[in-house]
Amino acid sequence: METKYSFVRKDLVSEQPPPLTQVGITGWLWRNLFSSMSNFTTVTSSVQSILMIILTIWLLYFCGGQLISIIDFAIISAVWSDPDGLKREVCATVKQGGDLPADWYGACWPFIFAKKKFLIYGRIPNEELWRANLVYAGLFVGMGYIIWEKGQGRKWVGLGMLTLFPVISLILLTGANFDISFNLILWTGILLIVSYLVGYFSSRNYFGEIFEQFSILFNFLALILFLFLALLILFSIDYGLAPIDTLDWGGLLLTLLIAITGIVASLPIGIVLALGRRSNMPIARVLCTMFIEFWRGIPLITVLFAASVLIPLFLPSGANVDKLLRAVIGIILFSSAYMAEVVRGGLQAIPRGQYESASAVGLSYSQSMRFIILPQALTHVLPGIVNTFIGLFKDTTLVSIIGIFEVMGIFRAASQDANWGSHVQHATSYLVAATAFFIFCFGMSRYSIYIENKLSRDNK
Amino acid sequence: MSASPAKNTKTQSKMMVTDEVVIEISNMNKWFGHFHVLRDIDLIVNKGERIVICGPSGSGKSTLIRCINRLEEHQKGIIKVDGVELNDDVKKIDKIRSEVGMVFQSFNLFPHLTALENCTLAPVWVRKLPKKDADEIAMKYLEIVKIPEQALKYPGQLSGGQQQRVAIARALCMEPKIMLFDEPTSALDPEMIKEVLDTMIELAEDGMTMIVVTHEMGFASKVANRVIFMDEGQIIEQNSPKEFFNNPKSDRTKLFLSQIIDH
Ligand SMILES: Nc1ncnc2c1ncn2[C@@H]1O[C@H](COP(=O)(O)OP(=O)(O)O)[C@@H](O)[C@H]1O
Ligand SMILES: [Mg+2]
Repeated sequence: METKYSFVRKDLVSEQPPPLTQVGITGWLWRNLFSSMSNFTTVTSSVQSILMIILTIWLLYFCGGQLISIIDFAIISAVWSDPDGLKREVCATVKQGGDLPADWYGACWPFIFAKKKFLIYGRIPNEELWRANLVYAGLFVGMGYIIWEKGQGRKWVGLGMLTLFPVISLILLTGANFDISFNLILWTGILLIVSYLVGYFSSRNYFGEIFEQFSILFNFLALILFLFLALLILFSIDYGLAPIDTLDWGGLLLTLLIAITGIVASLPIGIVLALGRRSNMPIARVLCTMFIEFWRGIPLITVLFAASVLIPLFLPSGANVDKLLRAVIGIILFSSAYMAEVVRGGLQAIPRGQYESASAVGLSYSQSMRFIILPQALTHVLPGIVNTFIGLFKDTTLVSIIGIFEVMGIFRAASQDANWGSHVQHATSYLVAATAFFIFCFGMSRYSIYIENKLSRDNK
Repeated sequence: MSASPAKNTKTQSKMMVTDEVVIEISNMNKWFGHFHVLRDIDLIVNKGERIVICGPSGSGKSTLIRCINRLEEHQKGIIKVDGVELNDDVKKIDKIRSEVGMVFQSFNLFPHLTALENCTLAPVWVRKLPKKDADEIAMKYLEIVKIPEQALKYPGQLSGGQQQRVAIARALCMEPKIMLFDEPTSALDPEMIKEVLDTMIELAEDGMTMIVVTHEMGFASKVANRVIFMDEGQIIEQNSPKEFFNNPKSDRTKLFLSQIIDH
């Protein structure tokens, strides 16, 4: 007997194109815009839709207006050239002694062109600019190569950029040939030999069990002393370069220098601090926690003032640590405290099972950190790390208040030049500075999103 | 089992228990804060023995086997593994850990490494094998657990049963003398339990010394030569599987057995 409900499909349904609300530009507009404001079936959804319509119109009006005024300022009303070399008058209104109408407000690009060298290099003398150019070139070529995925031996280039490049750059930019006292070199050398020998013999169990455990510490100390000695010697050599005072460095060069040094140094220090704060050894834990809380507890401005004004009072007379160096060290310590907390967050997100299975297969503490815990923890907190990097990049502007002329400081100095005095120079400068910062920070943010996607694609 | 007599004798001889002691626990006690989690534990394991530990949840089974590779520290008594006493000496512990493999309930594979990399990491860095040899060994064990074709996948791409078999291979790559299993099938869907148990049975037939915390009584009667019942941090009863299941002595054991069989 056949029941009424029996059903067998004879013709299979063929694949059909999706409705227009799902694909293409119309689909995108529908999903992201109109779907939220076209539902009038109930009272609540009608109210929501009407509110969305009002909000959208207001946003379009407001953002559009802002965009138009920026375009007007930067392009339409802007003065582009100064063929007669008038300087000040070319961007001045009638009242100020120029030809422009009284209500004129636009960018003064000739001013920026005239200050170009100043903005990019600071006060480095013209005949030494090639040195800064070499540093710029090395920086951009090296970074580009590391980012370029198909590059052979990117790891080695990266290592070179972290070790050799900073040393060469500093030699180029300062001119080296420092007057380093022979005694300092001698004592560093003696300490190096002593700690190397102690490490060597204690690792071979000459001084008994207790020393053996510390042999790593002595080897580490010897390594640090060796690097320090190498730097002392490298920087005391005369390469035939004219000396340049660090206070003459400025503009973009200096901003990049401070930011990159800060970024490169704060990550490893932050990692060590985070591991220390979570370690089982009470001394390490207390020291790291104190360090982190101290640096997080004071504003960067205070750190910078202390570095420029306070520290010299405590240094023995005659000892002179470069002001820029002091500021950079302050920034590094400050941001490594933040970095440490970001990394600690990542460490806490790793399940206990990962630590346990790492020890269960016999990995030592440092091996399990290096191969198991840190790779996962750092991947988790990549957005936070880049956030700290971007924050640090922007915070470098603060050094201008202690008389170090990074981008913002140099712009302020430039717009006070009486030869160019006019009511638009500040706005023009800030527009350029904002654009420069935006390019670097947005670039970092995009690159980190790219890496995040790549990592999650690899692991899934 | 329907194995041929010839195979049976071969298997039997491989599964022989020797009288070489590999684990010796005497009068061992452990506390978590004020909580006395393991009490007066005495246990001797010979090379080639297959021991199943069962007991109610919270009775200290995991803690006991985690003490054997010192994932947990004991406070009183002595644990000797392969003749070496476990104490604060970090070097000894690292050595013991490379001789004792462990498989966890939640697999604990390293999610950022492929199955193969999971297996080669410790051989390269702890046993200091060249990368090529480590790869060979890893592939050998991935074949033993029957998933060589998954070697290049990440744990997230594998099923639970496959992940647990990678975890077993990872432990075997250190060529350990003893394997510890902490409820290796408890987190698995029913259809995957068998594939993991089969792997473990094969290991047992190859003569591996094993301590297995599990409630799989079929596995216990098939491969164990001793079943240990724990409750409230103590070893209540131990016996051969046959005696243990058919003729339990203590009331707690009877209660426990009736609970896991009645459902
Ligand atoms: N790290 C720990 N800290 C405090 N108590 C714990 C810890 N680990 C386990 N316990 C307690 O110890 C007891 C035994 O745990 P466990 O060995 O995991 O039992 P089992 O594996 O038999 O279920 C439980 O009551 C558990 O709550
Ligand atoms: Mg357990």
